[in-house]
Amino acid sequence: MSLLKLSRRQGLAVVLTAILILTVYCVLLDLSWVSENVSYTFQEVIDALMGRGTWSSEIIVRDINAPRVVIGIFVGAGLAVTGAAMQAVFKNPLASPYILGLSSGASLGAAASMLFAIPFIPAAITTPVMAFITCFLTMVLVYTMSRSGGVVKTETLILSGVAVSSLLSALVSFLTFIAGEKLEGIVFWSMGNLGNADWNEIMFAAPIITVASLFLITQAKSLNVLMLGDVHAMDLGVDVKRTRLFILIMTTVVVAAAVSFVGVIGFIGLVIPHILRILLGPDNRIIMPLSMIAGSCFILICDYLTHVIAPYYGTLPIGVVTSLIGAPLFIYLLIRRKKEVGWN
Amino acid sequence: MTLETDKLSYTYVGYPVLQDIDIKVNEGEILGILGPNGCGKTTLLKNLNKNLSPKGGKVLLDGEDLEEITKKDIAKRIAVVPQTNEVHFSFTVKDIVSMGRMPFQGLMEGMSRSDMDIVEESIARVGLTDYADRHINVMSGGERQRVIIARALAQTPDILLMDEPTLHLDINTQFDVLDLVRDLSRKDGLTVVIVSHDLGMVARYCDRVLLIKDHRILAIGTPEEVLTPENMDLVFGVDGELVYDEKSKENTVFLHGSSKRKV
Repeated sequence: MSLLKLSRRQGLAVVLTAILILTVYCVLLDLSWVSENVSYTFQEVIDALMGRGTWSSEIIVRDINAPRVVIGIFVGAGLAVTGAAMQAVFKNPLASPYILGLSSGASLGAAASMLFAIPFIPAAITTPVMAFITCFLTMVLVYTMSRSGGVVKTETLILSGVAVSSLLSALVSFLTFIAGEKLEGIVFWSMGNLGNADWNEIMFAAPIITVASLFLITQAKSLNVLMLGDVHAMDLGVDVKRTRLFILIMTTVVVAAAVSFVGVIGFIGLVIPHILRILLGPDNRIIMPLSMIAGSCFILICDYLTHVIAPYYGTLPIGVVTSLIGAPLFIYLLIRRKKEVGWN
Repeated sequence: MTLETDKLSYTYVGYPVLQDIDIKVNEGEILGILGPNGCGKTTLLKNLNKNLSPKGGKVLLDGEDLEEITKKDIAKRIAVVPQTNEVHFSFTVKDIVSMGRMPFQGLMEGMSRSDMDIVEESIARVGLTDYADRHINVMSGGERQRVIIARALAQTPDILLMDEPTLHLDINTQFDVLDLVRDLSRKDGLTVVIVSHDLGMVARYCDRVLLIKDHRILAIGTPEEVLTPENMDLVFGVDGELVYDEKSKENTVFLHGSSKRKV
């Protein structure tokens, strides 16, 4: 917070307060949407939540909007914190689960499960399980590809991720193309949509995302040292190989859970930690927990925006909105911040 | 605390990097490791704190095999100043030096009062007190080097390993950094191992010198014993001599030129 001449502690207090207020606002905002250009007032939303609303407002707020908001909170938090962890592990502000191909990996498994139904097992189970499996295999593949002589170099890891990711995306496109009548479902899912999830799925996804994200936060101090370089971390007693593997596995778990229930939602893991680091400095003990809150807030704003244009074109996939906001920032980073990114 | 290697050898994808290295570093002494590029001196340093594990032989810390000690416990006793590199994230000097207390803390544990005192004292010892809140990514190479030395001091180590500590530093800063290291060694009994290219600095500051050639020990002893004209010719291909400088009351090395020019 050099801009306002605040100490780090004061800056943290200001940013935390702002994010919390904004998040509460976004939760109410996203709960208030009814249809076309009709919304409830916040008072009506609160009444509906407390069981004092009308018959219709309780159905819309509690049964239709609430699942969307709740899964959004967990997915946004999970994706933002995995982004922060990836950037620290790879010492590169551009790293995210997308660059490593984890999202494409998860979406391949999920798309395959939608296309080729396995007899007797409902899709609600096969989709996340398949996404877990392919996401994990992608992680193993990328990790082993980038290993040589027992060492994993950041540059090779990211290159392997990009290469594997483009292959997997092509496979997903291929599956989409041959999907026939299921085409629309797969396309809509693959662009990201919070409205896909129901309460049963949330009860399954939320604990997984929460536990894995908290595990990631326990590594915050080691991640700080890893940002200086692997050698520094080793010299300070961090088991670098084990820590890195642990973080990659936890990231896989979060990404697979998120992708299988709401599809591919990009750039949250890139945008949120980056903005927070500009405001609060690089300490992961602060950045990671705050990323979780800010990620939830961001995904809810984007979800509200998908509904704003609904009267004209219908509800947008949320992945389109997050990419429209995130991709320009990605380009900005490439052009303006080459040094920070390490590509000078 | 002593650090010892017993028939240490290391190979990288089948090629020998170190063979039969037997050294003992005594408490409170400064040992310099010299050798041409690729002779294995950095690899030796990495073996001394288990960043690499020996392919043969052992490293012993006070008689205990390093393989039996966890990395975290090693970091409580051995601190390292690695070669300087740029940092792309805006940590402050205090943030970085505080990381030196990590080996003493639990996974989620913060800084205790005594941790903070040690950090402040370490920053003061390298003369960066006024820079404590500066960001490391905008500092010069010499300042960054001092920050990393302060971090190493914050580990309250018995042994300090330094990899090319004077590389990329201004000449006056080179003396400042090594004066500081010698001071720590003399006053606190810190054991120091320095890998370097700089014959003059090693002759001046090190109690003993280890000369490596073709992955083996060529000579070990005092600078006068090891840095003979014959050895300098053999290992570095230079025509040099170690002399005692009356003005500074220190050893230094005169380099007359490449051996090829010798008549």
